[in-house]
Amino acid sequence: MSFMPYVPPEQLMKDRSDFANKGIGRGKSVVGIEYTDGILFLAENPSATLHKISEIYDRIAFAGVGKYSEFEELRIAGVRLADMRGYSYGREDVRARDLANGYSQALSAIFTQQMKPYEVEILVAEVADDGGRNEMYHIAFDGTVTDEHGSVAIGGHAEALGTSVKEAYQADWDLATAVRESVKALSSAESRELESTSIEAGVLERSRPARRKFRRLTDTEISGFLATP
Amino acid sequence: MSREPGGLPLGEGAIGANPSFFDLVSRTRPEALPVAVSGAAPLVPHGTTVLGLKFGDGVVMAGDRRATSGNLIADARIRKVFAADEHSAIAIAGVAGQAVELVKLFQLELEHYEKITGDRLSLEGKANRLAQMIRGNLPAAMQGLVVVPLFGGYDERRREGRIFYYDATGGRWEEDDYQTTGSGGLPAKNSLKKRWRPGLERDEAVRVAVEALIDAAEDDAATGGPDTSRGIFPNVLAITAQGAEDVPEEQVAAAVAAVLQERAR
Repeated sequence: MSFMPYVPPEQLMKDRSDFANKGIGRGKSVVGIEYTDGILFLAENPSATLHKISEIYDRIAFAGVGKYSEFEELRIAGVRLADMRGYSYGREDVRARDLANGYSQALSAIFTQQMKPYEVEILVAEVADDGGRNEMYHIAFDGTVTDEHGSVAIGGHAEALGTSVKEAYQADWDLATAVRESVKALSSAESRELESTSIEAGVLERSRPARRKFRRLTDTEISGFLATP
Repeated sequence: MSREPGGLPLGEGAIGANPSFFDLVSRTRPEALPVAVSGAAPLVPHGTTVLGLKFGDGVVMAGDRRATSGNLIADARIRKVFAADEHSAIAIAGVAGQAVELVKLFQLELEHYEKITGDRLSLEGKANRLAQMIRGNLPAAMQGLVVVPLFGGYDERRREGRIFYYDATGGRWEEDDYQTTGSGGLPAKNSLKKRWRPGLERDEAVRVAVEALIDAAEDDAATGGPDTSRGIFPNVLAITAQGAEDVPEEQVAAAVAAVLQERAR
């Protein structure tokens, strides 16, 4: 019979947090910004095909940082949950808060019960109908959920990045300004200029006529936004 | 890992995430799928005539608006032609309730695949997937709840419109020019045979489609003809490189008027 040495729970949780934070700290960051016509997610991502930012449902988008395999698994689980909800009930019954709670429960269970916590942080956002209020949720590796407004940053340089975006943030930013300001903040957090081709961005656009409000910004669009001061 | 109903469906086992929504529902909530009834098929509304034809820029799909239940008209304004996604459409004849559920599932299947994998299915892939889903409906079909769709779309890789038709067992064939199905399918097809030619313009294609439906309505009691006094016109969808869109009702009404004018005495 083998014995596990006694480790106080405080120490156990701290070790796991340190481990997860270290993993996330090594990776890139994502910025989320509410602008006049919706919500922008923007990240530095050298890969054009392995996305950090994606669509979950009609009005809901997802962004993840940290270990790709882990946030990708969470993204897929989110798409499944959302599509099942929409099929079982109605499309308008699929809500970001429900999804954020699901993520929170799952990440919290993984954090406390599994050998290794997930090294991820995620954002879930829902763009409102006309006149409604947007929702942005930040879910940490231990399942902590925070309700964010205006702007939010997650990932390697989250703290510095979050502060600099928050300081600059204006509620009347249009998409071009939101893109420019996020790139500026990311560049200063990384202490180098970002190439426009290595930027990944997706928006939930309220005024988009289609039912699905999510779309990716193209490289030309992004470099266009960055070129006009 | 968490597999409770309603919870986040994490983890899978085998390599790769299954991108099929149909499989997901079958696995987690089979009771939510359209079910086969036991015993004889009840008298339920049936959708009647739909058709698809190729034209220069893509495909036109159209259907009449009538659903019948035995000798009764169950619905005079039912819709049988639906956009499946941005570049394809599905038109269904047969048991209306089953058909609408199948369309809903198929639309979700395509959207789910796109979101999970980040890629759209090829038109060939969509057509195959539909065949498998009809096969899944086979127990219901054996009891008379038959659903027979036409599937049409714009193939972005081949840069042309393509039409597929199916039988109740999920058998799948590709059609070169045009195809019809449903109770008025035969007169509609005969009509298309005389009027269809390769490389039709869009307006001409809409007119040929409308005329075939009028012919079907004349020869088949279960097919509803256009009703100008109450404003009931066929649903017509055009699918081209620009996407799948409803042909505006004014254009359909104009095509109907032109055909009826020609036939007036």
